[in-house]
Amino acid sequence: MERTNEVADVCLLAGKIMLQSGAETYRVEDTMMRIAASFGMPHSHSYVTPTGIIFSIDGLGPTKLIRIAERSTDLQKVALVNGISRKISEGALELEEAYEMLKKLEKEHLAYPISVQVAAAAVASGCFVIMFQGRWIDFWPAFISGGIGFYGLHYMHRLVKIKFFAEFFASFLAGVVAVLLVAVGLGRSLDNIIIGSVMPLVPGMLITNAVRDLMAGHLVAGLSKGAEAFLTAFAIGTGIAVILAMY
Amino acid sequence: MIIEQLVTSWIASAAFGLIFNVPKKLLSHCGIVGMIGWIIYVLLVKGRVDSVFATFAAAFFVAVLSQLLARVYKTPMTIFSVSGIIPLVPGGLAYEAMRHVVMNDYNMAIQFAAKAFMISGAIAIGIVFAEVANQIVKIRIS
Repeated sequence: MERTNEVADVCLLAGKIMLQSGAETYRVEDTMMRIAASFGMPHSHSYVTPTGIIFSIDGLGPTKLIRIAERSTDLQKVALVNGISRKISEGALELEEAYEMLKKLEKEHLAYPISVQVAAAAVASGCFVIMFQGRWIDFWPAFISGGIGFYGLHYMHRLVKIKFFAEFFASFLAGVVAVLLVAVGLGRSLDNIIIGSVMPLVPGMLITNAVRDLMAGHLVAGLSKGAEAFLTAFAIGTGIAVILAMY
Repeated sequence: MIIEQLVTSWIASAAFGLIFNVPKKLLSHCGIVGMIGWIIYVLLVKGRVDSVFATFAAAFFVAVLSQLLARVYKTPMTIFSVSGIIPLVPGGLAYEAMRHVVMNDYNMAIQFAAKAFMISGAIAIGIVFAEVANQIVKIRIS
């Protein structure tokens, strides 16, 4: 009985970290059931949606529920939990050890510093201008507006916890900067600069995860992620539309 | 011209890997997956293939390549696929659609939006087909 509880805790912690870091729903369920099975509980059930996990080990102990409020994208954590679960399956980790490792991982902050992320977004924006058949003269304007837009997303998201408003604000900001740069004469093609600078905001993670979850039969998770991706795209589009309407 | 595309798509995909916090040693792999996907798309569009099919083919190869790499490095497949998928997202078309909406030119806006929708669907189908291919291979091996 005691042990069942502990196994359930390890499973839920692993699932929680993965879901918060942007893993696909089916991977979360799969990982939790594998961990339970390798600790000698082959009959477990899990139900995962993007906002919560319900987990139960058949006939033993209470069913547990965890609510996930905040989600971000941190693929390194997903990979690390995956590694831990692999080790557990091979029998290389004891229950307590695994729990300690997961607890430590949960607290760790692995993301690159925000300055590096902004720089990456800026470089990506510039590169997208070239990829979309733009000219090199528009590289730097897109670099600047893409970087500022991405920083705006980060800043706004810390200020207000409404993701869609932060995205709207970010694309609006990128658009304002792009218009200013073109007005000053630094950039030529406003269209290319704006398209390049909003690309870092595109919900690529959500799109791939939504499709893969739908494929794995997780209809609730797949549809809700699809809706989230659609809302994000809509927020970006609205931000740009406001700029274009004013310009 | 092609070299320009190769270099910029590699950098952009690796930069996306950085934003999504992909482990450091796998960043260049992300770049390569993104580069291959983008070059397939560019070459097909240049060869007068419809952009919907070109997107499908590129998404399919990105997903297959990601699955192979995921097996080699024993990490989740998403790590490699996200940054490869993002360049294929029809940002330009969605932008054009928005621009025409703002100009009250709904006829053109709907045309662009429909095309953007088709391309998004092509990305989804590409990922699905890769998944199917993966499962078939898995069954044959075991």
